[in-house]
Amino acid sequence: MNIINFLVAAVLAGTPLLFGTIGEILHERVGHLNLGVEGMMSIGACSGFMVGYMTDNFWIAMLAAFAGGAFGALIYAVLTVTFMANQNVTGLTLTIFGIGLANFIGFYMLGKSETGTLKLPEQITAQMRGAKIPGLGSIPVLGDLLFSYNPFVYLGIILAIILSIYLFRTKTGLNVRSIGENPAAADAAGIKVTKWKYINMIIGGGICGIGGAYTIMITNGGVWITNCVGGLGWIAVALVIFANWKPVYAIYGSFVFGAFRILKYYVPKSFPIPNAFYDMLPFLVTAVVLVVNSIREKKENAQPESCGVNYFREER
Amino acid sequence: MKKKVLGVLLCVAMTAAMMTGCGSKEEPAANEAPAASEAPETADETAAPAQESAAPADAAAGEGIFKAIPKEEIKVGVIHITDPAEGSGYTYTHDLGIQGMQKTIGLEDSQIIRKNKIPDTDPTATENAIRECIEEGCNVIFATSFNYMDTCEKLAAEYPDIIFSHGTGYKSNGTNFNNYFGRIYQSRYLSGIAAGLKTESNKIGYVAAMDKENTEVTGGLDAFAMGIYSVNPDAEVYVKVTNSWYDPEGEKQAAEALIAKGCDVIGQHCDTPNPQLAAEEAGVWGVGYNSDMSKDAPDAVLCSVMWDWSKYYTTAVQSVIDGTWTGENYYGGMKEGLVTLSELSGLNDPEAKAKIEEAEAKMLDGSFNVFDGVIETNDGSTVGTEGGTLDDATITGDIHWYFKNVVEE
Repeated sequence: MNIINFLVAAVLAGTPLLFGTIGEILHERVGHLNLGVEGMMSIGACSGFMVGYMTDNFWIAMLAAFAGGAFGALIYAVLTVTFMANQNVTGLTLTIFGIGLANFIGFYMLGKSETGTLKLPEQITAQMRGAKIPGLGSIPVLGDLLFSYNPFVYLGIILAIILSIYLFRTKTGLNVRSIGENPAAADAAGIKVTKWKYINMIIGGGICGIGGAYTIMITNGGVWITNCVGGLGWIAVALVIFANWKPVYAIYGSFVFGAFRILKYYVPKSFPIPNAFYDMLPFLVTAVVLVVNSIREKKENAQPESCGVNYFREER
Repeated sequence: MKKKVLGVLLCVAMTAAMMTGCGSKEEPAANEAPAASEAPETADETAAPAQESAAPADAAAGEGIFKAIPKEEIKVGVIHITDPAEGSGYTYTHDLGIQGMQKTIGLEDSQIIRKNKIPDTDPTATENAIRECIEEGCNVIFATSFNYMDTCEKLAAEYPDIIFSHGTGYKSNGTNFNNYFGRIYQSRYLSGIAAGLKTESNKIGYVAAMDKENTEVTGGLDAFAMGIYSVNPDAEVYVKVTNSWYDPEGEKQAAEALIAKGCDVIGQHCDTPNPQLAAEEAGVWGVGYNSDMSKDAPDAVLCSVMWDWSKYYTTAVQSVIDGTWTGENYYGGMKEGLVTLSELSGLNDPEAKAKIEEAEAKMLDGSFNVFDGVIETNDGSTVGTEGGTLDDATITGDIHWYFKNVVEE
């Protein structure tokens, strides 16, 4: 019983990471290391929450969350693709900007609210609660383990699979990956580098935005909280490495990292491990994965070649 | 080239927008600002206050050590660790206290200077903020967070005419630098009565920010557990530690782990209402902290353990006006109204009200002090002596045990 609870909680804790990770994979696959995941998630959380708060409509809120994250990615894309600003600096700025913007809007709305708290209406929160899928959900054990989550969980997994097919099974995906490996060669082959960079990054940002909405709507129960994303965006950046830049691996990866995050609440206290160790675990594992990958030296598990370097056509 | 210039401009615009986001709202929302969460409070609850004299301020026998300052010339500086408008439980409740003091005494807005978002881990920033207050003419400084303590001590020596009052710490100099804190464990005991009567599974959960190392958290949990034991000796208290003063996600997950274990009342010493929201979602109950969390989770919250800092701020500023400031430390509780229990919600057991009032009356007349007599801990040892009660220095700095009905798993 307890192990089922633990696994379910791990999946729930991993889902926002999954969105952040596959969003970031789309960025890195076109050669852009975007450290602004936290910022894009914050903007998405804020726009999704506030629009949901004002319209009482779940679907419009989701659209707004996507648009919010995409807006963050658009800023990043304009700066790094068109103006060729340094990617690391721009990404960090985007993080600080996104968190600041979300909190700023949050303060403003809190100041206006009468009760001193912002809570989404019941009709939205009800849609997001975990619900057993009729029929399948009543299977013992498996029903709880596989068919009892909130819609975000399934959406995240489906998105990851679709993106995986897109990146590794379509011609467009091949083109996109080639941009990430060597934009000059891709350009010479007639691939529209700038266009595909923009498209991938904006979609990736939107997916990050939905991950942000997850943190505020599910994790925080639909009540506005300052700094609601709380560092998950950074873990997502680490998870991209853990997942070898592959969306399907991101599914396992994010659930494993989700499990790390909740481990300390489920491991019996009789294990004499200090709490701080659990907090460190995800990052320790990422470091180990990096080391193992570099020892194995397999090309397909490596970071896209041009990641972090802007493509300047005239310098070819 | 043009592109580069544009790029730089965009960067600048983004940074500027970000700055606006951070620096705005110098003054807190005067009306109802949010209450729930709390930004990182770092170490300010690791406090061990009132080592020397813990007498409440009203014991001061009218003999001040400073000349009376006319009300019109009073200027109060407040150093906040976060932004009161942020909906931060900690800073928000402190600022409500300042606002209450301002209203009771009748000070103008210009007589209160707030320095918000001063990180208490940064002594230079703290010192600058306090010096700015002094330059603007403040004669009383309230520093609300634990790590401001050493800076206050240093500046108190440099400015002997200015009063420094520091919250949740333990240092003081007996003249112009004192310490203030409160007996929150009293409210926690009362909230335990409500929880103990409500539980059906006889399993009660508690989301704690810090583990046994931290006396404030541990003492509060023990008081809660003792309150439960007083009405329901069969109930057990399960504790989960987030290891952080502010971790919205972890606080929710800890509560969910407790609920999965079968706990049907969730208490908390952490700052977001997430444990209460988790309880509401699962259809169980909870006890909130810092502010009345009924507004966040109306279908779960039985009652909330709350601070009313205005009681201290009013007493302190009034004593400066009257010339009765003594520099003594302040350690207020139920009696002073510094700590309170919110109104019981309609979800409570019908017996709860009477039982809580009974215990409260005993606390107020001094016949009961929570940590009385011999207390059994959960590792089989005992604390305290027959007929005695733990002294304030122990309560604030040396509780590293859990009461016998607490289960660590």
